[in-house]
Amino acid sequence: MSERKIVIPGEMIAKGNDFLPGDGTEKRGEEIIALRYGLAEEINKLVKVIPLSGVYNPRRGNVVIGKVELITFGGWVIDIGVAENAFLSLTEVPRFVNKDGLDEIMDIGDMAVVKISAINKRGIDATIKSRGLGKIDEGMIVPVNPNKVPRIIGKEGSMINLIKDETKCNITVGQNGLIWIKGDKVEDELFAKKAILFVTEKSFTSGLTDEVKKWFEKEKKNNDN
Amino acid sequence: MTTKTFKRPDGRKVDEIRPMSAKVGVIPNADGSAIFSFGETIAIAAVYGPKKMHPQHSQNPEKGTLRCTYNMLSFSVQDRIRPGPSRRSTEISKITEWALEPIVILEKYPNMVVDVHINILQANASTRCAGINAAAMALAHAGIPMRDMVSSISIGKLDKQLIVDVNKDEEDWEEGEGATDIPISLTSSGDITHFQLDGKIKKEELKKALELAKKATKEIYEVQKKALKELPGVEND
Repeated sequence: MSERKIVIPGEMIAKGNDFLPGDGTEKRGEEIIALRYGLAEEINKLVKVIPLSGVYNPRRGNVVIGKVELITFGGWVIDIGVAENAFLSLTEVPRFVNKDGLDEIMDIGDMAVVKISAINKRGIDATIKSRGLGKIDEGMIVPVNPNKVPRIIGKEGSMINLIKDETKCNITVGQNGLIWIKGDKVEDELFAKKAILFVTEKSFTSGLTDEVKKWFEKEKKNNDN
Repeated sequence: MTTKTFKRPDGRKVDEIRPMSAKVGVIPNADGSAIFSFGETIAIAAVYGPKKMHPQHSQNPEKGTLRCTYNMLSFSVQDRIRPGPSRRSTEISKITEWALEPIVILEKYPNMVVDVHINILQANASTRCAGINAAAMALAHAGIPMRDMVSSISIGKLDKQLIVDVNKDEEDWEEGEGATDIPISLTSSGDITHFQLDGKIKKEELKKALELAKKATKEIYEVQKKALKELPGVEND
């Protein structure tokens, strides 16, 4: 089994004792069975299922984009599009904050880039103690299917770097499917948005980075005319 | 008389299922959705979640909850039915929940709930079976971890003759031994998750009915599988 194929729950992916069950799979006797719907992939005898649809499930270390829902005494409650809201504590802000002036840093309705620092029984904890995190002042936010985020980023960021270079925009991809685009001109931002939507549409073609390169050449020619 | 072949009201063979159709991803706002039909019986299912269970006292800290709601739309039958929940729909909601519970793996989602909403757009008997089939596909589409798929079929009896996939005329067939309807749900590996019996049947015949259901659910499974693999925008290469 070298190529990737779509599997449904309960379907056998591979047979034999030399395979190891990975994410979304289970071993029943000698067979590796898919436990969820998605693309089955085998790398070095490790079989796993890459999800195609469904809700985003937050993990520690994920960079996500959210909206400030509420200001409490100790911090901000941020909606990141999952069942539980993320909590950004005052102590996780890398500069001095006046306890009475939390809304000066971030007000209700503001968008912010945050990193998930911990997931525990009480909920999700977020931080902005890192480069590139914090309140979003300008630019635009594009929502996409969270399952397509890995494709937009590409292998070691190849795809997102290509889009950044071609459109001269600063792009932050949130793992929850929200993408922040910031460029010098609105035209650049719209162009970047168009490119991202093209990637999500074609997300299952192999050699996608080359295809996107061609797409950029074609689009640029059209723009010049 | 015994050599004469048995003919059903709509001319189907005894083990012939009405033409089936299935499609996945029909509701853009839902996390997972599917439509499934047996001839004139059409069921549409939407899955939302896993999300936080509300009210809080219904939360289960051990594992997630599956919550199904079955609803027949007022225009789904010839005489308009009163919209809203009824005794029958609450019962079928619970039955659907029990039919699907053994396959979903919700241990990783404590205090959360997966909502499954089933609506019957058009009814001509076997609605709960169509609903379960649609719900199983919608759950898979929503990316919920599942042990297996579930396929459901209703077995009926016209006097002494067992038939597969009953329609309304056959369901109301009172002559001979009386109306009998047996909805059965099976996983693709042949485990029973739901078995109902409405009417009278002999023990041996019930075993035969189960065999018929096993054969029929294999066909349904193939339809479900095909629909899931044909999700638009996905190239299988």
